[in-house]
Amino acid sequence: METILKIENLHCQVQDQEILKGLNLEIKKGEVHAIMGPNGSGKSTLSSVLAGKEDYEITKGKIIYQNEDISELSPEERSWNGMFLAFQYPVEIPGVSNINFLRTALNEKNKALGKDQISAKDFLKMVSEKSALVGLDNKLKNRSVNEGFSGGEKKRNEIFQMAMLDPTLSILDETDSGLDIDALKIVSDGVNTLKSKENATIVITHYQRLLDYIVPDFVHVLYDGRIVKSGDKNLALELEERGYDWLKLEPAI
Amino acid sequence: MSYTEKELKKELEGKSYEFGFVTEIESEKVPVGLNEDIIKLISKKKNEPSWLLEYRLNAFALWKNMPKPNWAHIDYKEPNYQEICYYAAPKQKKELESLDQVDPALLKTMEKLGISLEEQKRLTGVAVDFVMDSVSVATSFKDKLAELGIIFCSFSEAVQDHPELVKKYMGTVVPSSDNFYAALNSAVFTDGSFCYIPKGVKCPMELSTYFRINEAGTGQFERTLVIADESSYVSYLEGCTAPQRDENQLHAAVVELIALDQAEIKYSTVQNWYPGDENGKGGVFNFVTKRGLCGYRSKISWTQVETGSAVTWKYPSCILKGDYSVGEFYSVALTNNLQQADTGTKMIHVGRNTKSTIISKGISAGKSQNSYRGLVKIGKGAKNARNFSQCDSLLMTDVCGAHTFPYIECENPTAMVEHEATTSKIGEDQLFYCMQRGIPEEKAISLIVNGYAKEVLNKLPMEFAVEAQKLLEISLEGSVG
Repeated sequence: METILKIENLHCQVQDQEILKGLNLEIKKGEVHAIMGPNGSGKSTLSSVLAGKEDYEITKGKIIYQNEDISELSPEERSWNGMFLAFQYPVEIPGVSNINFLRTALNEKNKALGKDQISAKDFLKMVSEKSALVGLDNKLKNRSVNEGFSGGEKKRNEIFQMAMLDPTLSILDETDSGLDIDALKIVSDGVNTLKSKENATIVITHYQRLLDYIVPDFVHVLYDGRIVKSGDKNLALELEERGYDWLKLEPAI
Repeated sequence: MSYTEKELKKELEGKSYEFGFVTEIESEKVPVGLNEDIIKLISKKKNEPSWLLEYRLNAFALWKNMPKPNWAHIDYKEPNYQEICYYAAPKQKKELESLDQVDPALLKTMEKLGISLEEQKRLTGVAVDFVMDSVSVATSFKDKLAELGIIFCSFSEAVQDHPELVKKYMGTVVPSSDNFYAALNSAVFTDGSFCYIPKGVKCPMELSTYFRINEAGTGQFERTLVIADESSYVSYLEGCTAPQRDENQLHAAVVELIALDQAEIKYSTVQNWYPGDENGKGGVFNFVTKRGLCGYRSKISWTQVETGSAVTWKYPSCILKGDYSVGEFYSVALTNNLQQADTGTKMIHVGRNTKSTIISKGISAGKSQNSYRGLVKIGKGAKNARNFSQCDSLLMTDVCGAHTFPYIECENPTAMVEHEATTSKIGEDQLFYCMQRGIPEEKAISLIVNGYAKEVLNKLPMEFAVEAQKLLEISLEGSVG
């Protein structure tokens, strides 16, 4: 299978503090990778640096996405190339309706890729299809982006946006945090439905629980800015049982 | 490429003024300076009745002894009133029968402004009264409105054709003695718009006036008088632009609204006078007095989008005299570079069960200073008066300023007055979120700002709302490279 993302010896610092210290990861089409690790191991930094957030400085190494080094690309350019980040804490944008927000996003993407703008009719059709897919409440579509949404609604909205933008690589940053079991199931169903042979998913999580619903092909343990162990879904179960401490003694790969 | 605050700051400084062109039309000016002879000359040129000349001279006498208001949070160099030209009329051949007779250069200007009268006539159903410098050049839809008894014309025409209405209402809401700039306007005003809606008539279209200062070294002193007779309704739009110039131009207008019993006036302004360059050179001084008087169960609603002018000093107000009358003020004021705005409203509750709402959204960018100043006054007799005020400020940089000066005077214990205020800074997290979804930084800023101002923009009539959104975008965009 074709490689979508290849991270080579990635070092990243935030405000002069090195967080990622030589991270390697390769993801191929059709795969689901889970990244687990204790607090402060660098999980959220990884998602931010992949999406191109400012202040996250790459000091060494490369991020190769679809055969291109994307380290210098802006967040929106990465987005146009099919990268999607489901935020751990989705941001509220008062006065901007969900629908308007997504239409702007889609049109900007089409413009950047030299495609035609989506017609109002096709757009609305797409909205009703994709919102059904993730079970998004109709009334949330016209509300301001994430404003006054419950934790579960916010996360569901992230998956709805993901469905609308049809990414090649999705990064789910602690999507399970703050979700009850029903919401977790709906969100997972959405992610599983969107999964295909042409795209890939990175699931960043604390808990094994989510991985019962989104079954990973690979599980990686991130510790102190490096991936210290990789395995299949059973590794997650082992982590659940034994915690992270036993890994700290093992040498990094 | 990532986005930093520094870059945002740089971009905002580079914002350029879209309407900075000068129309070359031969213009008829009176000599510069201000004295009784000039006023007499203006009055004579306009063929005015003697009572109006008297009104002007009285105002001039008052003005000479009046102090300039200096309480506002603005800092500017006082214009020299003797160096201003108080009358500049585009030279034209007598009366015009149709648009074809209008000077082509003038029509070109209107086209550039995007308000080609012909197109307006055909497509939008908006009647436009276009005031360039000081004289109205064309008014459309007059005939159609005349059938309903609606009078919509330039102020000068009203003086000639409807002197009884002008004489009866002019100066009743904003007297000449009101303040320095109102007195100056009363002495030297050259034209403006006049509108009268007869009893029980709902004006079927938005009435619109476009103001533009063209001639260098001229001031614009227009006067607008809108009278809505009992149980009538009118929605009035006002747009303003001025060409780019190095010197400061003075704009001191007076707007008077009179809503008689059970009438409703909706007055919307999109103000885009030239704001000066990024070093604060040039730009319009916008010192305007706007006030409305409400009768029994009547309603006056002010909506303004202010993005232009070097200095703005403006407080569209309502005197809620009639019982159960309603006053509203919705404002978006955006300042950039070195612009200064001190704007807000006064809600004077006189009658019983009167109600007022104030929604003000300030946006400060660059090194600008943006102040909300508002007075809510509940008089002794204003039993059960209600007011709700909400004043929000959005900061775009670390070096701009947002200020709120709410004044509340309450003399009736049954009144209820609420005031809410928030200040926020445009969030890096919001920007990153938008950009991650593929929305470039500049578009993201415009989206967030428009969302912030939505409550007010929604109050504008459709055509204006689109223009206002575009204007906010232009005012914030920079030279992205």
